[in-house]
Amino acid sequence: MRHLLSTADLELTDVTAILDLAEEMADVQHRSIKKLPALRGRTVVNLFFEDSTRTRSSFEIAGKWLSADVINISAKGSSVSKGESLRDTVLTVAAMGVDALVIRHMTSGAPLQVTGWTDAHVINAGDGMHEHPTQALLDAFTLRRHFGGDTGSFSGRRIAIVGDITHSRVARSNVILLKKLGARPVLVAPPTLMPAGVDSWGCEVSDDLDAVLGGVDAVMMLRVQRERMSGGYFPTPREYTIGYGLTRERVSALKPGTAICHPGPMNRGLEISADAADAANSLILDQVAAGVAVRMSVLYQLLGGEDQQ
Amino acid sequence: MADTTSDTGGPEPQRVVLDAEDISRALTRIAHQILETNRGAEGLVLAGIPRRGVPLAERLAKAIESAEGIRIPVGALDITMYRDDLRTQPTRPVGHTRIPVSVDDAVVVLVDDVLMSGRTVRAALDALGDLGRPRAVRLAVLVDRGHRQLPIRADHVGKNLPTSADERVLVRLAETDGSNEVVITKPDPAHEEASI
Repeated sequence: MRHLLSTADLELTDVTAILDLAEEMADVQHRSIKKLPALRGRTVVNLFFEDSTRTRSSFEIAGKWLSADVINISAKGSSVSKGESLRDTVLTVAAMGVDALVIRHMTSGAPLQVTGWTDAHVINAGDGMHEHPTQALLDAFTLRRHFGGDTGSFSGRRIAIVGDITHSRVARSNVILLKKLGARPVLVAPPTLMPAGVDSWGCEVSDDLDAVLGGVDAVMMLRVQRERMSGGYFPTPREYTIGYGLTRERVSALKPGTAICHPGPMNRGLEISADAADAANSLILDQVAAGVAVRMSVLYQLLGGEDQQ
Repeated sequence: MADTTSDTGGPEPQRVVLDAEDISRALTRIAHQILETNRGAEGLVLAGIPRRGVPLAERLAKAIESAEGIRIPVGALDITMYRDDLRTQPTRPVGHTRIPVSVDDAVVVLVDDVLMSGRTVRAALDALGDLGRPRAVRLAVLVDRGHRQLPIRADHVGKNLPTSADERVLVRLAETDGSNEVVITKPDPAHEEASI
């Protein structure tokens, strides 16, 4: 594996290897010395053109726990704010001899473009409305643990992905990965937030959350991305909550043990209620913890061996 | 001790230097040495280095249990991330590290099948240091074949086996390989040496 740009690029064996190694990496979080020497002497640059808390900090922690040198560059406060292009920024950073670029960009396909400008390994940390592969991997890691172990535990599992599917790179990556693992994703959204061509995604689609909820093993709520919406996707936030929010009543309609997931940040009271976010079967904080382990695993898979040019 | 030349399963001539009984006797002796050095089983932890060090550690724990009636903790200490040749090899799969008790103030006996360059043991000492601060660390190996590249020696050795650099020592255990024997063979690029 040279880059991680899309979950579609991963074979099932790659996914299994990443998740299995993440189990080993997760143990490091419970040690008093949270450090492995595997990436000693490697440099990882987090190049974030969009705001982020958990993705950027978990990539930073993951790199540091593997003993890599980690640099964070965000658009604000860098030469990007002076008008420097993506290409020039990447060439500048690459010229400093970095080994991996973790890139988040508001344009779909930007990380793929970057691979043509540098010899460094490139990891997509979210590109526009396209993909967020490490989020899907950490979701799979969290659910695999919840379902009880091996990759086969996904077989036949019905997993609802609810909300703003149109703008969600998390939904795209998850549908591809969950199907690869043998699960049956169900997309639930108001018709205005369901992307054109969703039929080609190869999964069940519904606009009736209540009809779906009782028959799923996990429910992934998506953030309503107000910053990407020019308006008109739903009448009012209140109406969105009534139709598609994971309210207290809907939590009680779930089968016992149904996992509740959310990639964060959450709009409490809009797509997810406080009762749902803090429920006993909520895996939201497990997802955050899994983020570090999964990103350690990905960094090791890409950088833990000889340089492959 | 068996010392025969055989041609089992391949073109490479193999000389069996330890058979199943020899291995069993060697492990019983090592178990008693460990108890003698430690003056009993108090505070002992056995940490096998995957792959074959782990079943060897299990067998040593059984031998110690037979002798003393005490079951001592056995774990696995994977050293992959601590290797000094990671950047010269394709990405290596990482094994399990599971030590069931804290190593702080314990007497940890590292267990491996073959001791050669000493680099595996160096990596294991680093890995152990990240888990805690043992009172003492000792090293038990089934075979010491020489060719050290680091100032490391074993405390307990099943068999000292002087070899030439181009020979290979293959340890086969029932748990991992289906049979119990130690053989010397000429190099076979299709197989990987047990230690770095």
